[in-house]
Amino acid sequence: MASDLRTKQRASIGLKICIYVVSILLAVLSIFPFWVMFCNCTRSTNEIQEHAVSFLPSVYLMDNFKVYEGKDFNPFVGFVNSMIISVFSTGLAVYFSSLTAYALTAYEWKLRKPFFSFIMGVMMIPGQVTLIGFYQMVYKLGFTNNLLMLILPSIAAPMMVFFMRQYLQGALSMEIVQSARIDGAGEFRIFNQIVLPIMKPAIATQAIFTFVSSWNRLFEPLVLLTSKDKYTMPVMVSLLKGDIYKTEYGAVYLGLSMTVLPLIIIYLSLSRYIVSGVALGGVKG
Amino acid sequence: MRNRKLVNYSKYGYIFSIPFVVAFLIFSLYPVIYTTVIGFTDLKGLGITTFKFQEDPFTNFKTIISNATFKIALKNTVIIWIGNFIPQIGIALLLTAWYTDNRTKIKGKGVFKVLFYLPNIITSATIAILFSTLFGYPMGPMNDVLKTLGFIKEPFYFMNDKKIAKGLVMFIQFWMWYGYTMVTLVSGVIGIDPAIFEAAEIDGASRTQTFFFITIPCIRTIMLFTLVTSMIGGLNMFDIPKLLVNASGPDNSTLTTSVFIYNQAFSGSYMYARAAAASMMMFVVIVILSCVIFYILRDKDEEQLAKLRKAERKAERKAMAGGM
Repeated sequence: MASDLRTKQRASIGLKICIYVVSILLAVLSIFPFWVMFCNCTRSTNEIQEHAVSFLPSVYLMDNFKVYEGKDFNPFVGFVNSMIISVFSTGLAVYFSSLTAYALTAYEWKLRKPFFSFIMGVMMIPGQVTLIGFYQMVYKLGFTNNLLMLILPSIAAPMMVFFMRQYLQGALSMEIVQSARIDGAGEFRIFNQIVLPIMKPAIATQAIFTFVSSWNRLFEPLVLLTSKDKYTMPVMVSLLKGDIYKTEYGAVYLGLSMTVLPLIIIYLSLSRYIVSGVALGGVKG
Repeated sequence: MRNRKLVNYSKYGYIFSIPFVVAFLIFSLYPVIYTTVIGFTDLKGLGITTFKFQEDPFTNFKTIISNATFKIALKNTVIIWIGNFIPQIGIALLLTAWYTDNRTKIKGKGVFKVLFYLPNIITSATIAILFSTLFGYPMGPMNDVLKTLGFIKEPFYFMNDKKIAKGLVMFIQFWMWYGYTMVTLVSGVIGIDPAIFEAAEIDGASRTQTFFFITIPCIRTIMLFTLVTSMIGGLNMFDIPKLLVNASGPDNSTLTTSVFIYNQAFSGSYMYARAAAASMMMFVVIVILSCVIFYILRDKDEEQLAKLRKAERKAERKAMAGGM
């Protein structure tokens, strides 16, 4: 009996070691590419050519930066454009999705159920498959290179409406709304001043995800934006693939680092909310 | 009295939905219809917006279906998706089993989760170029490592090898998504009633038994959801295959349908009509998959309620008929 217990314990320790080894390997796999990138962005092209992997940074950061002078890759323009698109898209998506979700939860109207079924039906349709028509429409209107065309579509975000509705169903009590009505508040004001604050936790997680996915989007901007001063960060990054930078390894790593750094900072400071936000979405599924 | 009040407020349901509906009509529905229409025309050429319908309306569709490159692209898309999804769900399930087991306490789960999820939030355009640099020729970090360790003597041109280029796309997709899948699955397991696990432990079920006969059946819906969303995402794979290898890889080995559509429409001779036809075919597939999601996610409580109500009404009617 005692020896049985001991073998069981030993098996348990073996399993534990196995779990840690696999976990640490995967963690290293997550960090390693970025580590090499951040180190190499401070090393000169000569150093990189001699040994492409180094765990220590060097001192050529500014030299690498000078390579961009007079070239198309402009991380600051990309940063500003991406910021404009992401901030406004996120704001619009969060506000109007909450509003639509509220309409679906708080009011009894005839088309409510068909409307919700419809939203669930179109939830998964990605913009990519309709891009030819979208491009032609925008081109006819003369709005290519207009950032608004990348911002306004986010008003209709079916996926977010779905999550917001799930959240509201649990969090909203109609008594509060009723008492606000008795106090004479209009419906629109009730939504802005009472319902929106209730939805804050859901808004926070959804906002992070919308911001990140909007920041990372490549397909639509690549098609719609042709003028270089309108390029977003991912489109800027795709320029690094060009031949001009083929021999400037340090500069390529630096460009990549500059696009990754803001995301890593956001992620590490908000990681707890982000990971639990993924979990929230999953449970609802 | 109460009824009148409800009728009064119901108009706000419509009013508050207007912005969504308007944006949807302009930016989603209209492009869908327009793409469909273009699919039946001869629209091509940069900056050209006028078109006429084909004599045989399905010309473009026929061309696409018999196009050898499209067939390769479709095959690649499916292979790359399967090749990334199987290891992805496998690793995610294994980690889920390990991290949710009450009998083995693992320290630092939170940190691991954060690190596993990290690649998912980084711009995929950046990741594609980063990996193409890491596997660069002749002096990329990967070549450096392999040479230092003595595995190879001469630098290896990774991106010129069909299998390696395709495998790398699969690996990157796996690497970016397994953390997401795992976090989703773990949250599903946490939602299971702990009493079930306790009962299993008392009944003497081993870890493996518990996992296969309790955990997996309980998270079936979430797994199905992951499968279908991953499939839709996989069908639209664009950023990584577009930017990892120059010009769709050796022998089109990393060409996916999205890249094919992009190349048709926005490079070369700007074949908008043909690209639209290819888009519509992908669109139909995605609509079918969306219906599957719709079915998985349907409101089960309400459905049950509706069924009950129907049965009640039926019973009532029966009773009435009997009474008469």
